[in-house]
Amino acid sequence: MSGFTLQGILANVYETGAFWLLSLVALGAALAVVGLKNIVHSAFSLVLSFVAMAGLFMLLEADFLAMVQLLVYAGAISILLVFAIMLTRRPEGKMQESNPFGRYALPAGLVAFFLFLAIAALVLRVSWVSGPGVPAASTVGPLAEAFLTTYVVPLEVAAILLLVALVGAIMLAGGGKR
Amino acid sequence: MLHHFAAVAVFLLAGLAVGIAALAVAWVVRPKRPTLLKLSTYECGLPTQGPTWVQFKSGYFLFALLFLVFDVETVFLYPWAVKFKALGLFAFLEMVVFIGILLLGWWYAWKEGAFEWK
Repeated sequence: MSGFTLQGILANVYETGAFWLLSLVALGAALAVVGLKNIVHSAFSLVLSFVAMAGLFMLLEADFLAMVQLLVYAGAISILLVFAIMLTRRPEGKMQESNPFGRYALPAGLVAFFLFLAIAALVLRVSWVSGPGVPAASTVGPLAEAFLTTYVVPLEVAAILLLVALVGAIMLAGGGKR
Repeated sequence: MLHHFAAVAVFLLAGLAVGIAALAVAWVVRPKRPTLLKLSTYECGLPTQGPTWVQFKSGYFLFALLFLVFDVETVFLYPWAVKFKALGLFAFLEMVVFIGILLLGWWYAWKEGAFEWK
């Protein structure tokens, strides 16, 4: 992929460009989530952030993870969020009225700033080396083989976990007859 | 593998460009003579009574939760579908068990009346 051929250099330029574009969209949308006045707009902005994250996963050659991000986060979690907004009573969906913690902006900003400093210090201290070998052409195929040959029992346990979640959701939501 | 997704990027950007171009052309060529009636929000039928931000019935949250569970099931089905031919009969039976366990939950949800749109 890399190298000093014209194609290699162009591929790098495209990758870097795509990375910057997706990062900007992801961060901008995340900022809009906390900045927008209308809670529904915030929810949609969060979906945009999820989609941009899926694009970043694709750039990392993690195609299955990107698919899961799109399917579960941009698809299902966002629906859950919009439902949650629909089910709560908020006059005109104004963020100000639905967020009683807004007046702690200054302490929250300070905590966030120091947390950022701590993370940045760690990121700068670690010397990042890329692992040996080339990334797999596709992660979906090997995952399928792992799921259905070596890790059969965990797969079925995952099914039981989902079953428990389903039954728990019905019990909690009180959707049952009783 | 990445160049396969370049097509997705091109598609996304082209789709965005088409939308923006259509709006931009309309903005350039349209006459601008706003009246009060024209600027009013378009809505079908009678004017809305009361606030439009109403609280929906909380029972509907269950539909979203059920959807989420079966959405996660799809995440497991997808790699299996990609490698369906190569994995053969044993994997098929494993998936039948997997789906069977989840169908049990589906049956329970049905029995509890979770699918009823009340």
